[in-house]
Amino acid sequence: MDKIIWIIPVIPVFGFVLTLFFGKRFPKAASVFTTIILGSCVLLSLASIFIFNSRGPLEITNILYVTGKYSITMGFAADGLTVMMLNIVSIVSFLVHLYSIGYMQSDSRFWMFFMYLQLFSASMFGLVLSNNYIQLYIFWELVGLCSYLLIGFWYEKRSAANAAKKAFLTTKIGDVGMLVGIFLLFFNSGSTVFKDVFKFAAGSGVSQGLLTASAILLFCGAIGKSAQFPLHIWLPDAMEGPTPVSALIHAATMVAAGVYLVGRSFPIFSLSAVAMQVVAFVGAFTAIFAATIAITQNDIKKVLAYSTISQLGYMMFALGMGAYVAGMFHLMTHAFFKALLFLGSGSVIHATGTQDIREMGGLFKKMKVTAITFIIGTLALSGFPLTAGFFSKDYILGFAYSQNKYVFFIIGIITAFFTAFYMFRVIFVVFFGKPRKEGIQAHESPKVMTIPLIVLAALSVITGYFGAWFIPERFSIDKFISFFGFEGMEPLHVIPMLIAVAVGLLGIFAAFILYLKKPMTGRNINRWIIPLHRLVNNKYYIDEIYSFIFIRPLLRLAGFVNIVDKVVIDGFVNLTGKFTIVFSKLVNVFDTRAVDGAVNRVADSVYLGGSKLRKLQTGDTSTYLSIMFGAVAVFVVSLLISIIFIK
Amino acid sequence: MSLGLFKIFISNFDIKLWYFILVSAILFCIGIFGVLTRRNLVQILMSVELILNAAMINFVAFSAYQKPESQLGTVFAIFIIIVAACEVGIGLAVILSVYRSKSTTDVSKINILKW
Repeated sequence: MDKIIWIIPVIPVFGFVLTLFFGKRFPKAASVFTTIILGSCVLLSLASIFIFNSRGPLEITNILYVTGKYSITMGFAADGLTVMMLNIVSIVSFLVHLYSIGYMQSDSRFWMFFMYLQLFSASMFGLVLSNNYIQLYIFWELVGLCSYLLIGFWYEKRSAANAAKKAFLTTKIGDVGMLVGIFLLFFNSGSTVFKDVFKFAAGSGVSQGLLTASAILLFCGAIGKSAQFPLHIWLPDAMEGPTPVSALIHAATMVAAGVYLVGRSFPIFSLSAVAMQVVAFVGAFTAIFAATIAITQNDIKKVLAYSTISQLGYMMFALGMGAYVAGMFHLMTHAFFKALLFLGSGSVIHATGTQDIREMGGLFKKMKVTAITFIIGTLALSGFPLTAGFFSKDYILGFAYSQNKYVFFIIGIITAFFTAFYMFRVIFVVFFGKPRKEGIQAHESPKVMTIPLIVLAALSVITGYFGAWFIPERFSIDKFISFFGFEGMEPLHVIPMLIAVAVGLLGIFAAFILYLKKPMTGRNINRWIIPLHRLVNNKYYIDEIYSFIFIRPLLRLAGFVNIVDKVVIDGFVNLTGKFTIVFSKLVNVFDTRAVDGAVNRVADSVYLGGSKLRKLQTGDTSTYLSIMFGAVAVFVVSLLISIIFIK
Repeated sequence: MSLGLFKIFISNFDIKLWYFILVSAILFCIGIFGVLTRRNLVQILMSVELILNAAMINFVAFSAYQKPESQLGTVFAIFIIIVAACEVGIGLAVILSVYRSKSTTDVSKINILKW
């Protein structure tokens, strides 16, 4: 029974390969086939819940390589956390596949979209099923690659290609830190397997500094992947990708990978108070920071993007405070309602052809299903009572309150207010009121798109009730377990719950007043609101700051290196070429003049000699006679001399 | 008989060998001079005769002074005469044919080499 867990990541790989080879010819079949594959993944994930509950964690490992103290292993392991993630990923991915059949139908590269979705799903499954850090890193990078491919799916658009590049590079910065953290752990503990590393960390003789450093470095990876401040810049730009991509990757799953990492490494984090503080502060700051930006955005997807960043901040700060269960629970509920909101916005975009909320209005009458599900999703996000978001968000806030971390509690409350405010702003502007732009023919989307919306809306409500059931029971840090019961709902602490609900309602009311009743139209708005608005609308100019500090000098350096390359290196190569040409010319000259010359000289000398010797043949008889007598005389003289001297 | 006369002649007048050699040499030189210098083909032939005769004198003188009893030199002189006669015969035939083709006996004019 243990062995079956590897099937879950493998079937989408199978789907990926098949779509790669046959998708172009049978796009419709490919889309349906891939959706069915994910459907089977859903069933397997659900099955695994029951298996886990009855048999405990499953694992298969394989030792690849051992050198001395170090060994590299590969393997899959599924404990409670993994089972929860498997279900989240498979359900959302399945619904996104279904939705994309409708949403992407007029795209020329329809089949490639599904191919990428399959690859992504496989990578995500592999990531949560990994039982060691190196494998996790491999799948982490694979997921990043799929994100790049999918964000830049419409690569003809310059902004989309740039956004994909930005996403990949920004997450890569975090990944470097993560890799260093992994190495730190590996070299000190001798293994990358989670079990062994955690045992090592909890053991004696491990310095606090090492734990803190490796925890913070691992968190760097999470900062990049889960778009926390300061590496959050890629997520809003990633909205250039098709909406199903935003729903799947940038709301529900890939960005959750960072939270999963911190959750998985919780034994290490919890041993270092400093690391926990860092996580909590980064998370809390990101939450409120992103929420303020979301208020001023006019693009519906960007609002949702900043909302995602903010909610991820919530999860991080929950983990940082030590509320492991609450953080993970919020991850699950958020995945469902954020995916719902994104898919709903996709439905709206598909219908109206624009993403700017200032051009929409009064869509409620024309798109009932979309509107209702969207409102349910927003209520969940705002923590409205009885929705899943209410339970998860209030666990977090209640935990902060009861642990007397009042600073965090207040930050969380303010963020909740902003969250309710900006989401309902979107609802009132988009779905109610009069249409702001004429000529928009809004219609309800096809069933393939609305069914996922309905399913997700249902999940957004239901998961609140039995969601806690998924959270791993057997977890070594006891004090957090005792705080949350698992067989039923623990009575929530009343005061924080009331405050949170009140704040949420206040946000809704404020949005109602400002955007539906429009009290401020025509009135003089306070003079310092406008520059403040501009500051926040432009995301506090962080992209510009980064561009100034990092990107431009880097580009200048690259330009400089390019010049060096062109002038020095190419120049050197060209010089060598020219030198060779000159040299060959020289050799040519040598060949023609010296070698050929020598040959010619020889011939000439023969000729000259001949022409000179020819003169001997004068034809003049007396000359011949004189030569003859001369020769005789010479002969006689020599004879005489020889006789005399030999005598 | 002539040998006897010759013996009487040279013993009476005390003529050394080298007189004959000298005469022969002079004649030889004159002959060579003539061969090299003369223009007329017949004149060249005559000079060649002179050279032959000079050689003949040389032979005879040596034979007379070294071994008078064997008449080797004299015999050889006869050979020389015969050879000379044949040679002149052929030489004149050649000169005749040259004269027939070139209508001249000037040795400098019978050059038919182009350059």
